Amino acid sequence: MARITGAVDIDRERCKGCDLCVVACPCNVLALQAKDVNDRGYHYAVDTTPEACIGCAACATVCPDGCITVYRVVDKS
Amino acid sequence: MDEEVTLMKGNEAIAHAAVRYGVDGYFGYPITPQSEILETLEELMPWKTTGMVVLQAESEIAAVNMVYGGAATGKACMTSSSSPGISLKQEGISYIAAGELPALIINCMRGGPGLGTIQPSQSDYFQATKGGGHGDYRLIVLAPASVQEMADFVGLGLDLAFKYRNPVMMLADGVVGQMMERVKLPAPRPRRTDEEIAAECPWAVTGKPASRKPNIMTTLELDPHGMEKHNIHLQEKYRSIEEHEARWEEYDTDDAEYLIVAFGCVARICQKAVEEAREAGIKVGLLRPITLWPYPSEAIRRISKRMKGILVVELNAGQMIEDVRLSLDEPRPVHHFGRMGGIVMDPDEVLVALKEKFQL
Amino acid sequence: MTPEEIKNPCNIVAAKPRLLNDNTMHYCPGCSHGVVHKIIAEVVEEMGAEHITIAIAPVGCAVMAYNYIDVDWIEAAHGRAPAIATAVKRLNPSRLVFTYQGDGDLAAIGTAETIHAANRGENIAIIFINNGIYGMTGGQMAPTTLEGMVTSTTPYGRNVELNGYPLNITDLLARLPGTCYVTRQSVHTAPAVRKAKKAIREAFENSMKGMGTSVVEIVSTCVSGWKMTPEKANQWMEENMFDHYPLGDLKNINKL
Repeated sequence: MARITGAVDIDRERCKGCDLCVVACPCNVLALQAKDVNDRGYHYAVDTTPEACIGCAACATVCPDGCITVYRVVDKS
Repeated sequence: MDEEVTLMKGNEAIAHAAVRYGVDGYFGYPITPQSEILETLEELMPWKTTGMVVLQAESEIAAVNMVYGGAATGKACMTSSSSPGISLKQEGISYIAAGELPALIINCMRGGPGLGTIQPSQSDYFQATKGGGHGDYRLIVLAPASVQEMADFVGLGLDLAFKYRNPVMMLADGVVGQMMERVKLPAPRPRRTDEEIAAECPWAVTGKPASRKPNIMTTLELDPHGMEKHNIHLQEKYRSIEEHEARWEEYDTDDAEYLIVAFGCVARICQKAVEEAREAGIKVGLLRPITLWPYPSEAIRRISKRMKGILVVELNAGQMIEDVRLSLDEPRPVHHFGRMGGIVMDPDEVLVALKEKFQL
Repeated sequence: MTPEEIKNPCNIVAAKPRLLNDNTMHYCPGCSHGVVHKIIAEVVEEMGAEHITIAIAPVGCAVMAYNYIDVDWIEAAHGRAPAIATAVKRLNPSRLVFTYQGDGDLAAIGTAETIHAANRGENIAIIFINNGIYGMTGGQMAPTTLEGMVTSTTPYGRNVELNGYPLNITDLLARLPGTCYVTRQSVHTAPAVRKAKKAIREAFENSMKGMGTSVVEIVSTCVSGWKMTPEKANQWMEENMFDHYPLGDLKNINKL
């Protein structure tokens, strides 16, 4: 059976911490930084459980600021 | 099609001239006494010959914003209206001036204020020459006095508009708009190609080729320093226009002791009054400003030195007289004679006023 | 596979579109404008149309849209975008011309320009952001504000006796013979964003085919004006806005 693996890169300085990607993610990969803020004072999003990512791109699709790059690999072996 | 000598109304001449001067777009809305411009253009169907776009908009506001949009793409665009409609256009005119876009706006003035009358007037002088809409800006203002000038100033107006990237207003009135006269229409000049526009107007919003950054036509500048810088730039441009573009015409001023200053149709009435005055032994000359902004202040300053007095004749309560007074550097008696609300004076009234004001 | 192995450019399935530049958008966190900007940039890019696109920005929160999408723009006076687009398209018929307008711009001050451009069947696309509020000026009542909805100028809720009824202008536009495609979409979930993007693509293609005016309303949120978190605003929109502004195509002459 093909195994789908994904990963995300988040532009933390562009992120405004709106939380919409966290809500959109079906696999609970993402969370907002609880304490850390970026240069503009936002609690930016991070992939706290990257191993759960399936590369579905829901996070990038709803992101209002285009902060998220999504990668996806389908391993057919 | 070559030059053509014909007989027509001033408003019709504007329409014919617009097609012949290669105007790209006319956007108008009916209002008396200038509706013949739109009507004539619709009848000429220039979209079938030169490709010129003619559109009756839903309002004067829409029409002037169509001009703003068309001009932003580097096209030669114009609109026309009469006083109440020109008030509505002021929003767009301010944007066109702020965006430094070339455009021609024709005001075929009628009596006001309010809905006023459909009869001729010159009571929009302040509005045309001092700004009109919000912000510190100027229009180049041309005042035609004949059907010939109604045609010629379409070409001159667009040339000046593109030369300075500034809106030009042709401040006509119901008299020159409605009267029929002999006119020589210019030989057609072709509309500019997209390649010519791209070369002449690198600022034009045409769609971004890979070779340049986006062209953005905006009049928003939230940074006050940036906004002041833009204002300073505009004012420098206006000083340059003042220096180079003042136009006027003199009649019998060489030996004159008194000067009449009048523009548009009133200048023609005053020319007749000058002839009558000279028959009565009064040495009077006439100065007709052709550009109302920039105002021919230097010419008036120079000529006024030889004059015993100046009579400013206008179809309003006294508007241009302020610019005449500002032009003088030596005190001279300056009086005003005007009719208002759509009444046009006759030459005899001007002569009577001249005699009364200067006790001749 | 380690995350580092996966993060290879050849594996990218979603990223900021090239035409959405690196300027940080001035919109509030979670604002729908950003999503719509992004999908417009994607559509123009996918159509290979950046060299022929002329976009018209409104007055309102999106007044500076030109700072974010790298195409040629004209910034309009409040409400006048459809008049500007009319002239731009008529004088440059080979161009892809669209307006981007909010509810105050399109359905209040610009009602005449909107209805008449659509009624003439101008070959333009109108992207209409409807969040039921004036965002930029600080959350005042818009023509589309719902009955009972609290804004800074309806502090006790919109009272139809005082303020009239919410204006469903998209329904009006769908009735005009000049429109070819009128649809209402949203961008609050990933599937909704994908549908909205398809709608914008269809609207842009209609413009190029000369089929008439296309209108894509995006029912949107305003986190600051509504005084809600982005997530809560999306929920509130689903529960309240969609009743009055139901999603879906109102008209599509391609599918008659």
